[in-house]
Amino acid sequence: MEIKDTAVAGTLESSDIQIMISKATDGIQIELKSDVEKQFGDQIRHVITATLNALGVQAAKVKAVDKGALDCVIKARTIAAAQRASETTATPAWEVL
Amino acid sequence: MADNEERLRRTMMFVPGNNPAMVKDAGIYGADSIMFDLEDSVSMAEKDAARILVYEALQTQDYGDAELVVRVNGQDTQYYANDVKAMVKAGIDVIRLPKAESADMVKQLEADILAAEKEFGRQEGSTHLMAAIESAKGVLNAPQIAAASDRMIGIALSAEDYTTDMKTHRYPDGVELEFARNMVLHAARAAGVAAFDTVFTNMDDTEGFYRETEYIHQLGFDGKSLVNPRQIAMVNKVYEPSKKEVANAKNVINAIEEARLKGSGVISMNGQMVDRPVVLRAQRVMRLAKASNLVDEEGNYLEK
Repeated sequence: MEIKDTAVAGTLESSDIQIMISKATDGIQIELKSDVEKQFGDQIRHVITATLNALGVQAAKVKAVDKGALDCVIKARTIAAAQRASETTATPAWEVL
Repeated sequence: MADNEERLRRTMMFVPGNNPAMVKDAGIYGADSIMFDLEDSVSMAEKDAARILVYEALQTQDYGDAELVVRVNGQDTQYYANDVKAMVKAGIDVIRLPKAESADMVKQLEADILAAEKEFGRQEGSTHLMAAIESAKGVLNAPQIAAASDRMIGIALSAEDYTTDMKTHRYPDGVELEFARNMVLHAARAAGVAAFDTVFTNMDDTEGFYRETEYIHQLGFDGKSLVNPRQIAMVNKVYEPSKKEVANAKNVINAIEEARLKGSGVISMNGQMVDRPVVLRAQRVMRLAKASNLVDEEGNYLEK
């Protein structure tokens, strides 16, 4: 999956995470804001990276603002943002869901 | 109809599909059925995100014994096909079709579900379906809709769209819904599926909510669609059997057991023959009593 545009998914409401994905040339870079960064920062980064890897995204810039999202929410928002950024929303990557 | 004789469906709680906080907590309120919504509560721009969120939540969250339902977008939308595919893949219990107007629409959904079950290797026939009746046409075709598929578990009346279609709106006394309620209920009973009443949206009118719930309980509805978890306990209270009803049901159950031990085909209680409707009603009362925590495992009444 190739990131073509900048796209956002998720909100800033409690239990959600807002993920913005844009084009990059080299690897996956994540900029994370979270009140629980200390305890869960690594885990949140891990879920985002693993999801992007599963989608076949090699390079992307990710800005994430976490409001206490569970792993399943982080994964869902990452998929939604990546599909929007790669213009594949209408043809989802079923095997990655 | 799907084999759904045993299940209680007093409460079907609506959960907006793109709200992580509500999706995550949906299991803690004790609703008999949880209905994740991908349709009206989700804006056009967020349809994809809601679909994925509900999918991922279904893979990881524990919703206990609740029956899991998802309301997909209508068949005339671009979201419908992917909604059905994703939810079948997720292993949802029931797919709810909005704005059902004909048996053909149900058959189309059935065909789409079957195709998705094959594509994703799910057991064929494992995904059930239900239909929401939201228009005059839907009400008049309710008997055909309710009987259109072996996967059907129930039909629901959706009064907001229906009253608009009828050029009226909702009134506190519900007279405008009388015909639709009775059509939906009769169609459901004739087809052997569940009947769900519409939502009651004015959270400040507790008295009105009880009045409406008692009324639909009296008519014979299985239960009600709900928009707020606070309404679950209220509906359950209305559906809770009385101590006398429980005692009577227990006697009927005992009489059945006695007849079985004696090898007798005829069941009698206090010298009177107990026929099939009485038995069925007693079994339903005992299921309700168990769900309301009024009786223990053996069916003995627990004093509060």
